[in-house]
Amino acid sequence: MQILVTVKEVGQLGDEVVIDDGDVAESALEYDLNEWDEYALESAVQLSESLDDVEVVTATIGPERSEETIRMALAKGADRAVRIWDDAIANDDGDGLLDTRTRVELLSAIVDREDPDLVLTGVQSADATFGSTGVALAEEIDDAWAAVVNDLEVDAEAGTASVHRELEGGIEELTDVQLPAVLTIQTGINEPRYASLRGIRQAQSKPLDVLDLAELGISPDAIAGSLETTAMYEPESSSDAELWEGDAEATAGQLAAFLRDSGVIEG
Amino acid sequence: MSDVLAVAEHRRGDLRPISHELLTVGRGVADASGGDLHVAVISGAVEEYAEELDREGVDVIHTIADGEEFNHDLTVESLDALWADLDATYLLAPNSVNGLDYVPAIAQRLDLPLVTDAIDVSLEDGLEVTRERYGSKVETTLAVDVESEGGAVLSIRDGEWPAAEGVGDAAIESFDPEIDESRIRSTVTGFQEVGAGDVDISEADFIVSIGRGIEEEENIELIEALVEATGATLSASRPVVDNEWLPKNRQVGQSGKTVTPDVYIAIGISGAVQHVAGMKGSDTIVAINTDPDAPIFDIADYGIVGDLFDVVPALIEEFGGEAP
Repeated sequence: MQILVTVKEVGQLGDEVVIDDGDVAESALEYDLNEWDEYALESAVQLSESLDDVEVVTATIGPERSEETIRMALAKGADRAVRIWDDAIANDDGDGLLDTRTRVELLSAIVDREDPDLVLTGVQSADATFGSTGVALAEEIDDAWAAVVNDLEVDAEAGTASVHRELEGGIEELTDVQLPAVLTIQTGINEPRYASLRGIRQAQSKPLDVLDLAELGISPDAIAGSLETTAMYEPESSSDAELWEGDAEATAGQLAAFLRDSGVIEG
Repeated sequence: MSDVLAVAEHRRGDLRPISHELLTVGRGVADASGGDLHVAVISGAVEEYAEELDREGVDVIHTIADGEEFNHDLTVESLDALWADLDATYLLAPNSVNGLDYVPAIAQRLDLPLVTDAIDVSLEDGLEVTRERYGSKVETTLAVDVESEGGAVLSIRDGEWPAAEGVGDAAIESFDPEIDESRIRSTVTGFQEVGAGDVDISEADFIVSIGRGIEEEENIELIEALVEATGATLSASRPVVDNEWLPKNRQVGQSGKTVTPDVYIAIGISGAVQHVAGMKGSDTIVAINTDPDAPIFDIADYGIVGDLFDVVPALIEEFGGEAP
C-alpha cells in the first residue's frame, strides 16, 4: 500500500507585517512545514507502523529552499519524497499557484506516476488558507474523499477508510469512504512526533526526486491560472478597547477592580 | 445577464444561518450583473427549507429531495446537473466544514476558478474578492477572470453579511437529476457529540480562557491557580486542545463550544476568526496579549498589552492566591 502525503513549506508572519510591492516581504517570513500537513504526515507514518507493507511518499510543490522542510518530513518517517519545481513556476508572480486547478494539475501528475491507495493532505495551508487542494485533487483523479478528518481508521483488506469529520459546534460526522481516497486532515487528530537524531541522519540518504514540468508532461502555459492579486494590505485595526496601562502589578490591579465591580467575583 | 446559484446548507433538520447570509451576497451579485438569483437546497426536508429560503430577492428555489443529510457525492452530482440546466455564471456556497467537503470538487468538475473564504465581493470593476491570508494578518483582493472562464465559484465566510430578510415570491421548482449510484462513494453513518465531560463551559458566567501564548503544558498550572483564586471557569482556544493540554469539552470556537459569559478573559489568545465565533457573544471581553496588533483587541472591551507570565501572577496575588 502506498500513502502519498502533500507537504507544503509555508511562510509564516511574526508580529511584524511588511508589505512591499503588493506582496509580503520575504524578510518578514519564517519558513516551516505547514501545520496541517504535519498532522497528515503523522497520520501516514502511524498507518505505516500499524499496517504491513506501507510506503509513505511526500509530494511538494516548492523551490530548492523547501528541501530542508522535506528532509524533516523524511526524518519523521516518510520513505521518499518528490518535489515539483520549474522556471515557469519560479518566474510566475505567485498568483498561478493560487488557482486551485494549477496545484491540482501538478499534484495529479504525481498521483499518475505513483498510483497511491491513499492521499493525505492538510485541511489547508497556513499562508494561502484556501482549503481546496485535497478535495479538488480527489475530483480530478476520480478518487473518493473526505474533508476535515479528525479521526481515521483504515481497513486495507476491505478497501475502506472510516473517518470522523469535525463539523462546527462540537459535532463529528461519521463517514465511510471507499479507497482509493483523498483525506484532508485536521489538526489535533494525533500528536506529531519530533524527528529523532537517528531519523535526521537517515533522512539525508532517502530519495528526493525533483521533477520539472517537462518531466511531468505539463505545458508551462498551465501555470498561469485565472486569479490575480490586485491588492494586499494590513487590515486596519478597529480596536476600541480601553487599555489598562502600567506594569504588571498596576494592570492586574485595574483588572481586579473591574472584576470586583462587575460582580463576577466576591471579595 | 449573469445568473447566480447559491447553495443552502442544513444539518440535522435545521437550515444553517449562513444560508440566509448567502442570499444577501447572491442578491448583490445578481443585481450588479443584471441576473436572477437561484437557490439550491439538497437533501432532507427540502420543501420546508425552501419556504424558509423564500426571502426578498430570491427568484427561483430548486429543491433536490434525494437523501436525508448532507453527502458530498450527492451534492456534487446534483449541482453538476443543475448547473448544466441553468446556464448560471456565479456559484456561491458556504465556507463551512461541509463547504470544504464539496465546493472544491464542484469547482474542479466545472473547470471554474475558485476563491474560498470570501469576506467581501465586488463587481464594480469585474469580479474582485477580498479574503485573508496568513491567518488574519494580511488582507488581499483577488481579481477573477470571469469573462474568459465563463464563471466562478466563491465560498463565503459566515458572519460577514447580514441575513436576507422579508418574504419573497420565488418560484419553487423540484429538480430530479439522474444520479449514477456508482458515483456515491462515501456514506454518512452517524453523528457524535464531543463528550460533555466534567463541565459545560457554555453555562459559565465568568470564563478565563487560554491560548497558544501559554507556550507549554507545565504553564497550565499557573492558569489553574488563577481559576482557583477567582472562581472562574477554565476554557481554551484550539491549539491548547490540539496539544491535549486541556480536554476537548473546554474548547471555545467554531469547532468547539459557543460561550456567552458576563466576563471573558482571553489570555494569550490572538483572536483568530474561528475562536472569536465562539465567544463574541460575551458581555465583557478582556484581552491580555503581548502583541498590541493581535485581532483579539478588535473585539475586546478592555485590554492589557503585556506578558501573561507577569500579569497573571500579579492577578492571582490580588485575589489572595499564590502563583505556583
